[in-house]
Amino acid sequence: MRQEFRDQINTALKNPNLTGALGRFSEAYRISRVKAYEGIDFEALRTQIAEVKAYAASHFDELAEQFTKNAEARGAKVLRTNDPQKVRDYILNLARENGVQQIVKSKSMATEEIHLNKFLEKAGIEVKETDLGEWIIQLSHQTPSHMVMPAIHMTKEEVAEVFSQEVEAGQLPDIPKLVKFARGKLRVKFLNAGLGISGANIAVAETGSLVIVTNEGNARLVTTLPKIHVAVVGIEKLVASVDDVVPILTALPKSGTAQLLTSYVSMITGPVPNTDGTPKQLHIILMDNRRTEMARDPKFKQALQCIRCASCLNVCPVFRLVGGHVFGKVYTGGIGTILTAWFDALKASDEIQGLCIQCGNCVEVCPGKIDIPGLILELRRRLAVEQGLSVTQKAAFAIVNNRKLFHGMLRAAKLAQKPVARGGFIRHLPMFLSDLTDFRSLPAIAETPFRDRFKAIAQPKQKERVVFYAGCLVDFAYPEMGEAVVKILNKAGIEVVFPEEQTCCGAPARYSGAYEVAAQNAADNLKALLKEDVQYVVSACPTCTVALKHDFIGTFESLGRTDNLPEAKQLAAKVIDFSSLIKKLVEGGRLKLKAGQQLDKITYHDSCHLKRTLNAHQPPRELLKQAGYELNEMYEADMCCGMGGSYSLKLPEISAPILERKLKNIKETKAELVAMDCPGCVMQIRGGLDKDGSAVQVKHTAQILVDAFE
Amino acid sequence: MSTIFDTFKARAEAVSAEVHRFPTKPEALDFILQFLQKENIADAPEAYAAWADCPFLSSFDKAQLAGRVPGLKFEVTRQIAADARVGISELDWGIANTGTLVQDAAAVEKRLVSTLPIIHIALVGANAIVPDLGALLARIGPRQASYLAFITGPSRTADIERVLTIGVHGPERLVIVCVDELGGAN
Repeated sequence: MRQEFRDQINTALKNPNLTGALGRFSEAYRISRVKAYEGIDFEALRTQIAEVKAYAASHFDELAEQFTKNAEARGAKVLRTNDPQKVRDYILNLARENGVQQIVKSKSMATEEIHLNKFLEKAGIEVKETDLGEWIIQLSHQTPSHMVMPAIHMTKEEVAEVFSQEVEAGQLPDIPKLVKFARGKLRVKFLNAGLGISGANIAVAETGSLVIVTNEGNARLVTTLPKIHVAVVGIEKLVASVDDVVPILTALPKSGTAQLLTSYVSMITGPVPNTDGTPKQLHIILMDNRRTEMARDPKFKQALQCIRCASCLNVCPVFRLVGGHVFGKVYTGGIGTILTAWFDALKASDEIQGLCIQCGNCVEVCPGKIDIPGLILELRRRLAVEQGLSVTQKAAFAIVNNRKLFHGMLRAAKLAQKPVARGGFIRHLPMFLSDLTDFRSLPAIAETPFRDRFKAIAQPKQKERVVFYAGCLVDFAYPEMGEAVVKILNKAGIEVVFPEEQTCCGAPARYSGAYEVAAQNAADNLKALLKEDVQYVVSACPTCTVALKHDFIGTFESLGRTDNLPEAKQLAAKVIDFSSLIKKLVEGGRLKLKAGQQLDKITYHDSCHLKRTLNAHQPPRELLKQAGYELNEMYEADMCCGMGGSYSLKLPEISAPILERKLKNIKETKAELVAMDCPGCVMQIRGGLDKDGSAVQVKHTAQILVDAFE
Repeated sequence: MSTIFDTFKARAEAVSAEVHRFPTKPEALDFILQFLQKENIADAPEAYAAWADCPFLSSFDKAQLAGRVPGLKFEVTRQIAADARVGISELDWGIANTGTLVQDAAAVEKRLVSTLPIIHIALVGANAIVPDLGALLARIGPRQASYLAFITGPSRTADIERVLTIGVHGPERLVIVCVDELGGAN
């Protein structure tokens, strides 16, 4: 990561206007979005959208042809091109042919993608953005910090200053007055412009129609007052039929701004009369710019299901800290990272893809059903293939790929840390490494790893056995969690088997794009874990559980290693997370929680993989409540804690403030104990609370429940 | 039908539209004329009222109305609309679950009076309100109208500090006048 990029991140993090505004917005959005969708089956709606858009993406040629035919039959001119330069030239020529000096624009991401304004301005034509936020950004010579709210990072004072400097002196920081001022100044521009440029939110092939959505009403003016209207439309906006408009128009305002519908929607089909009675010139540019190529990519085709609502930005724990500027000039946030990799260049996503912490919040809300974190991982994989891994990464993964060496080093690290580990925490690391733990204490490597302690556990021989997969953190940092799991399962009359050859689940390698390394980890684990004939393979780490249950298959599929798939699927069918298994055992009468217990107030933190990939947020809550704890839910319980595996080491400056929020939310519940199902979250949150000197205890659900059964 | 209207009214008011309902056209007209008087409509730039031709007007004598309200214009040009305080037009449909008005706005006058003035008075038949977008597109679509305009509340922005501010480029007030007698295309 270049220092320049790190500097950009730090600049953003230190901008209280940006983080304040985005933070407040993300909190309000979460609630208002749910309200906007009241009474609507979101899953059904987004399935419909995904189908409509996926169909379009696999029929771009056909739909573009149909659109062109139908729009031209109604009197529009249509240009379809893959080349951004042709788009720019077409518009410039059109302006020159018609003697146009002034252009007004309503918001169009497609024109931003090809830097149209700069090009036209260089040619001596005045171009005015008319969306208020875009105008402010244009006047202040900045780039948008958010796709839907471009100037969210600016205060009214800053806006007043920009207006005063760039337009007319003496503007006061009073929002209604600033808005009125903009209305007056831009009204003149609308009335004088010879050409209006818009984007479009939907393009309907069967009728040749454009659907344009705005709140301010600027698109209505752009498409009404100038005699020429040019719409620059990315071909991914195409849908087959008018019926397809309904689900998109239902979701877009709700997901975008939590509105039932935006103030204005214009559905334009062919030219309409101008105010002087002449017919309007309507030019529609269907811009490809690698979208067709993207549609042919089996993985990234999915990204064309995006309706540009920006909800992935609004729920992202990283975006709400750093805003859009660090992502680049055009598309921002999770989906922006993917679009930048395609519309700009794969290399252009090299640094920004690292911002994704893989929490999966965006997957839950995406109306296009896009697996954004999954696609970002795929970018990571392709970047790793194209550019190779760093020397440090290579060295680290060479070790991870050799279990004996890896575990040997972890054991050796236990000795090396002696001088710095106190009370189970590493408080001071030597030299440069100390930066990485500044915001939390790191756990010390356990004196005796779980694999050694396990041998000392005297288990009664049982008919039923399960395989326990520990994962590195339980094995080498928190062996007591593993012991708790064994004790509880024994109570249910189940014997635990611990295959010694099990090794790292491959998540660190996979999340770094090193799929070959992850595949080797997967293959080694398959061998170790399938040896035993058991019904369940249980893990007390949700990230490991997801690796075993989903990622092994995904990694093999990505690499085309189909030979490994049957075994990976065989394992996947057996894998279960700790709380879900215990809940099954309780429901089956195999385990009984002690009755009549009145225990302390407790709060629960949802781990990303448990909540959003395994959908297992209820089992631990139910178990803890049945055990007698009073569950006091924290605010944003399912928001990432900032750990993200090696993320907290790579981007500690982002991980730290995410953790800070989590700690605040925990403390506000006044609970003295916080439960969670992930040793990674325990490491992050316990480390943060320890650093804070807080007395709140952090425990894995297994540790809390260890003595709760009869 | 009353429940559909109630939903429409509630949803439209939730996005800051003002909703009135009258049984007959003369009552609606009375309301509009009084409204224009209250808004000090006069025969001077920035004080005009511009009324785009519509079926509602067929019941009345335009010349007589113009005589009663100086500044009320039925010849809608770009300049008149830009100088008007109030714009009046008839919308063809309502959508209940979003509080939306819909219009075949191919005729430019209809768009001028609903975009440029500060206040937009929107007439609509109380029976022209359909439940949702799907129901609307089953009745009118791009094949019939080359500029189909959807209006939901007044013009709004939240681009400065996310503070909702009404009336940026379009009207800052949307006054919906539902008329039972207008029937509508339903």
